[in-house]
Amino acid sequence: MKKSVFFGALTAATLTAGLAGAATLDDVKSRGELICGVNTGLVGFAAPDANGNWSGFDVAVCQAVAAAVLGDPSKVKYVPTSGQTRFTALGSGEVDLLARNTTWTFSRDTDLKLQFTATNYYDGQGFMVRKDSGVTSAKELDGASICIQTGTTTELNLADYFKANNMSYQPITVDSNAEGEQQFLAGACDAYTTDASGLAATRAAFANPADYVILPEIISKEPLAPAVRQGDDQWTDIVRWTIFALIGAEEYGVTSANIDELAKGTDNPEVNRLLGTEGDLGAMIGLDKDWAVKAIKANGNYGEIFAATIGEQTPIGLARGLNAQWTQGGLMYAPPFR
Amino acid sequence: MTSAPDAPEQGFRLSQLIYDTRYRSLTIQAIVFILVMGGAAWLVDNVIQNLNDLGKDFNFSFLGQRAGYDIGNAIIPYNNDMSHGRALLVGLINTLWVSFLGCVAATIIGVVVGVLRLSKNWLVARLMTVYVEVFRNIPVLLWILVAIALLTDVAPSPNAYKVNQQTGEAQASMLLDSVAFTNRYTAIPSVHFDRSLGSLDTALAPISLNFLALVIVLIASIWVNKRMLTHAAKVQEATGVRPTMWWKSALILVAPVVILAFALGINPEEPQIKGFNFTGGTNVSNSFVALWLGLSLYTAAFIAEIVRAGILAISKGQTEAAFALGLRANRTMSLVILPQALRVIIPPLISQYLNLTKNSSLAIAVGYLELRGTLGGITLNQTGRELEAITLMMLIYLAISLSISGVMNVYNNRVKLKER
Repeated sequence: MKKSVFFGALTAATLTAGLAGAATLDDVKSRGELICGVNTGLVGFAAPDANGNWSGFDVAVCQAVAAAVLGDPSKVKYVPTSGQTRFTALGSGEVDLLARNTTWTFSRDTDLKLQFTATNYYDGQGFMVRKDSGVTSAKELDGASICIQTGTTTELNLADYFKANNMSYQPITVDSNAEGEQQFLAGACDAYTTDASGLAATRAAFANPADYVILPEIISKEPLAPAVRQGDDQWTDIVRWTIFALIGAEEYGVTSANIDELAKGTDNPEVNRLLGTEGDLGAMIGLDKDWAVKAIKANGNYGEIFAATIGEQTPIGLARGLNAQWTQGGLMYAPPFR
Repeated sequence: MTSAPDAPEQGFRLSQLIYDTRYRSLTIQAIVFILVMGGAAWLVDNVIQNLNDLGKDFNFSFLGQRAGYDIGNAIIPYNNDMSHGRALLVGLINTLWVSFLGCVAATIIGVVVGVLRLSKNWLVARLMTVYVEVFRNIPVLLWILVAIALLTDVAPSPNAYKVNQQTGEAQASMLLDSVAFTNRYTAIPSVHFDRSLGSLDTALAPISLNFLALVIVLIASIWVNKRMLTHAAKVQEATGVRPTMWWKSALILVAPVVILAFALGINPEEPQIKGFNFTGGTNVSNSFVALWLGLSLYTAAFIAEIVRAGILAISKGQTEAAFALGLRANRTMSLVILPQALRVIIPPLISQYLNLTKNSSLAIAVGYLELRGTLGGITLNQTGRELEAITLMMLIYLAISLSISGVMNVYNNRVKLKER
């Protein structure tokens, strides 16, 4: 008895040992698979279909990184994480990368020892209510019951917002978006609050989306950024520049349609450096010369991914807004590739 | 005269540690002990090493920081400006409150079911068997989820209680104009005093002096009543005639409290629908009721079996003797069988109380914020102090469990069979 307990503990310890310090890139390469922490299910961002194939805006980041590192966008293992479990999953080494509607905040960056790579969606917190409730502004929500996902920044913003406006509310805490959706539909809360993009994605999955309105107020800044563990600079660079490669590709007009043509060489030296026909940026982050080509080929450039997963032509119907290229008046801005 | 030769004097040899059965068990234990301690030390070292590599430290200063989040069902005053430590306390009190009410309800249901399962009435006995088997064999989490689903689906939303402007009527009406069942909570009247004696500020929560006065008067009444009953027993022993006590007892127990309550101007404050929700009374949230129901009904099935076993452990001769003395069945049960059965019942009952308390951490499934939800949920997540929060939570649950079993063991020592 004593012995078996001891050996059990020993095995458990051996499994957890050796996490820290190891280079994530080597782990991913030797495993032949990227382990990516995603949402437990938010249509448009990360959700499995009937066959268990994951797709969405966040999933595209996982696939682009897998393509850049392993050369194959399908070599990803998806680990669904809730608002509560995501940071533990990343910190303990259960996942290599967290691409999961996670807001970049000061304390998460510093105290939680995460490294946010690059904002891939500029978001803000909003509210959704039933149309027949007659509410047209968040300022009218005094005394309301509000469903809120626990362990999120939205939980804190909500408290701040109601305090600042001298209103009261009854928090109904839920563990995941699915639970929040179910509680909201069952009438257990008057309003559901989360990132505006999340609200749009949630509403798109409703049977009668038209019966629900998203209120105009945006009460916070929510820069959503994929995150990695602090202390592995090379891995941080790989994920960060893969995202920038997708954003830059849109700016330079590199799409999944013309990339094979452009990869042979162009007049634009910046595009040449990005696609590996000039210089060797890939080697600087420990990857192949054509890492960016593989990443962009996975699902197209940033604009293509946006349009295919959450854009205006999809049921989720999000406008580019702040997430347009800087050349179009948005905030999407990839640093120079040189 | 020859003395029997002594056993050959031999010094202690090292090989005896392995080959001599007198020492072998000690040797094995020592080795296992060293290995276990070595393993534990290695684990701790590993944790420290990994924390260092992650750049994290181990300290509890986060408990003093501002929590920043709200808690839906706080019993003691709480707002988001208070500290994580205060949130921990709110969660702990919620845990203790639901566990206490759960233990009380489970005990009552369990004893009744356990006794009825032995009933001679075929139907009653079978019904109780069905109850026990159904609840005992399905995980408690499912019962909690069933309870919340029922509560949420059956009752209307608070909106339904609003008076429609066109028709002048509401879809749903309150029970006796004072209780409203909704899919979020049950709104019940709260107690309101017209004249207040003020309140006493304690670190935990302000205590209403009105309430305190009522409790003191009630305790005094009970004490006086006890004295009167002792006196009556003395009179009975001396004269053989017991003075009529029931109306005196009733008077002394009820009258002072009622008089004081009216003097303070007690009246119920009825809940009213205002805006989105009911205000005025007390809202008992469905998540709390679901958790309480699930835990109570589930644990009651186990307690019923324990009670049944306890009763069956008492020899049939006791019942026959009691009947021979002319005691009726219910008096036999309450005066002869149950008191003896208690000594068999109490020890396993302690385990059930501990289980119920630990199971209350399943509250996370219905969004009732108890210790697991505040400290182990939101605080852990917002501060990223996993190791500290989990350690603290384990220590608190350990302390609660040890306290419960300590108190119950004292009780057990009082009721167990005393052999002289």
